Amino acid sequence: MQHDSEGYWKATLGLIRNILIVWFVVSYGFGILLAPALNNIHIGGYPLGFWFSQQGSMYIFVALIFIYAKLMGNIDKKFDVHED
Amino acid sequence: MSLQATTYLFVGLSFALYIGIAIWARAGSTKEFYAAGGNVHPVLNGMATGADWMSAASFISMAGLIAAMGYGGALFLMGWTGGYVLLAMLLAPYLRKFGKFTVPQFFGTRYYSKGASTVGVFCLLAASLTYIIGQMTGVGVAFSRFLGVSNATGIYIGMGIVFMYAVFGGMKGITYTQVAQYCVLILAYTVPAIFISLHLTGNPLPQLGLGSNMAGTSVSLLHKLDLISQDLGFAQYTTSTRLRTFNMFVYTVSLMIGTAGLPHVIMRFFTVPTVKDARSSAGWALVFIAILYTTAPAVAAMAKMNLLTTVNPQIMTDSNVFAPDAQIKYDERPDWMKRWEVTGLLKFKDKNGDGRIQYYNSKSKSAEFKAKAAAAGWKGNELSVNRDIMVLANPEIALLPNWVIALVAAGGLAAALSTAAGLLLAISSAISHDLLKEKFMPDLTEKGELMAGKISMACAILVAGYLGLNPPGFAAGTVAIAFGLAASSIFPALMMGIFSKTMNKQGAVAGMLAGIGVTMFYVFAHKGIFFIKGTGFVDAIGGPNFFLGIEPNAFGAIGAVVNFAVAFAVKNMTEPVPADIAQMVEEVRIPKGSSAVDGAH
Repeated sequence: MQHDSEGYWKATLGLIRNILIVWFVVSYGFGILLAPALNNIHIGGYPLGFWFSQQGSMYIFVALIFIYAKLMGNIDKKFDVHED
Repeated sequence: MSLQATTYLFVGLSFALYIGIAIWARAGSTKEFYAAGGNVHPVLNGMATGADWMSAASFISMAGLIAAMGYGGALFLMGWTGGYVLLAMLLAPYLRKFGKFTVPQFFGTRYYSKGASTVGVFCLLAASLTYIIGQMTGVGVAFSRFLGVSNATGIYIGMGIVFMYAVFGGMKGITYTQVAQYCVLILAYTVPAIFISLHLTGNPLPQLGLGSNMAGTSVSLLHKLDLISQDLGFAQYTTSTRLRTFNMFVYTVSLMIGTAGLPHVIMRFFTVPTVKDARSSAGWALVFIAILYTTAPAVAAMAKMNLLTTVNPQIMTDSNVFAPDAQIKYDERPDWMKRWEVTGLLKFKDKNGDGRIQYYNSKSKSAEFKAKAAAAGWKGNELSVNRDIMVLANPEIALLPNWVIALVAAGGLAAALSTAAGLLLAISSAISHDLLKEKFMPDLTEKGELMAGKISMACAILVAGYLGLNPPGFAAGTVAIAFGLAASSIFPALMMGIFSKTMNKQGAVAGMLAGIGVTMFYVFAHKGIFFIKGTGFVDAIGGPNFFLGIEPNAFGAIGAVVNFAVAFAVKNMTEPVPADIAQMVEEVRIPKGSSAVDGAH
C-alpha cells in the first residue's frame, strides 16, 4: 500500500471525535442536562435550553454533517485516498 | 367544490403521479431492483431518504405528542435527527464503499459466516416487521380519516398503490416515488404552519414565530403558553421533562442509534454513486427532514395555544379561568369541533351539566388548583382530545381554504406510503437476496433473482397488509420498539465491523443476540410476552421501569451497551479474526477504489 493508512485513520478518528463532542454538547448538554440552567437566558421569546432542544440542536446537526463531509474530503485528498 | 371532492381530487392526482413514476421507473436488473442502479444524485437520495424516514407517525402524530409533552417532546426531535450525524460519520460512507446490496450481506462477509448473516436477517426482520405494523395501521387511519372509507378499505388501497411501484420498480421505483412523496408531504406540512404562525405571531416562518411575541402584544407566545397551561393545571410547557432527566437522556440515545441502525434507511445510501456522495447525501437527508422537524414544535405549541384559547376565549386577557362564563358554551363551539366530534377524535361529556366546556388537567398535583376547580363547580375534564387532531384539524382551526385541508390529506398518505414501501424493500431483499440466494439457491440466475425479489416483495406486502388489518393489539407502541431493536442489535454490529479490525464472528453474533435479547426481555416484561396481554411479568422482577427508572421504549440504548460488552468479552475468549478480513476492513475504511454496488461475492 502506498498511502499512509495509519495516519489516515488517525486523522479520520480525530475528526469524528471532534464532531461528536459538538454533537453531544449541543443536544445532550445544552438540550437536556443544562437546559434548566440555560432557560434563564432568553433569545427572542425562546428560553435558551428549550431552543437548543427543539430547534438549535437540529440546525447544528445539519451543519455538522456538511462540515464533516467537507473536512473528510480534505483528509481524503491529503492522504491521496480520494475517489477519481 | 366541496371539501370531500377537493380531497379526492388532490389525493387522486398524487396517486396518478406515483403510478406514472412506477411505469417510468421499472426495474430491469437486480442492481436496479436493490440499489436503483447505483446512480441516484445525492440531493435526490436525500429527499427520498427524508420521505422514507418520515412516517405517518412523524407527519400525523409527532406534533400532537410534543403538544402533550411540552419540552419533553424534544426527545423525538433530537432523537430522530441526531442519528443522522452518526449515520453520516460512522456507517453510510463505509457501507457504501463495501458495495453490497443489503445489511445482512455486510454481516455475512465481514463476519465471514452465513450464521452472522442469518442473525442479521433475524434482527432486520424483527425491527422492520415491528415498524411496518405501525405504518400499515397508519395507512388505514390516514385513508379512513381523509377519504371517509373504512380502515380495511384504506389498507387495501394502500397495498394496491405500493404494489404497483414497489413490485415492478423495486428500489428504483421506490426512490423516485419517494422524491415525489417528499414534495407532497413537506408542502402539506408547512403551508398550514405558515398560515397559523402568521395569524398568531405575524411572522410567516414557524421556526421564528415560535420565538416571537403574540401578534399585537409584547408577550412571547411560549411565555403565554406557559402561563395559560399552568392556569389550567397543566405542567409548564417549556420545562416539562419526560419522566426523569435520565430517562429522557437514555430515550434520546436509543432513538438516535436506532435511527442509524434501521436497515431501510441504511439501504438508501447504497444508491448513490460514490463514498463522497454518501457523506453529503446524509447531510441533504437531514436538511429535508429538519424542514419538517423544526416546524413540528411550532405546530405543536401553536395548535395547543389555539385549542386552549378556543375553549377559554377570555384567557388571553383575564387569567381567572374559573370565572363562571370563562369557558365556551358547548352550543357555540366552532364548526371544526363539530366535524371532528363525528370522527370520535374529539369527545365532549358535560360532567357538571353547565353546558360549557371545561378542558383542564384534572390530575393536577396542586392542591390549590384542585380546590379552586372544585369551588368553581368543575367535575373533571370534559373534553378528550386525540393528539392527532393537532395536525389533522390544524388547517380548519386556522380557517384555511379547502385546498389546504385536501393537501394535508395527500401529505399524510404520502408519508405513510413512502415509509411502508422503504420497509417492504428492506424486508423483501433480506428474504430474496440474503436467505434465498445466499443460503438456499446460490446458483440462482440474475433473472431468477429479480423474479424472486418481486415475488418476495408481493408476499411482504400481503403479510404487512394482514398485520395492518389484524394489528396484534399493541400497534401504538410498536414504532418506538422497532428503534430499540435496531439500536440494540444492528447498529453496534455494524459499527464494530468497521471500527474494530479484531472483532470476530463469535463476538458479533453473541453481541447481537445478547443486545436484542435483553431489549426484548425488558419490553416483554412490561408489555407481555410477544405483546400478548396478561403475560407481562414486570411485577415479578421489580415493577414498572425497574431498571434505573427507564421506560421500555427507551431501553434500546441499554441493549446496545450490553451488545458491545458481550461482543468484546466473547471476542477475547475466541480465536482471532482471519488476516484477510482485517485486510478487508482496511479497504473499507478508504474511499479510493470504490465501485458501483453489486450483489456478488
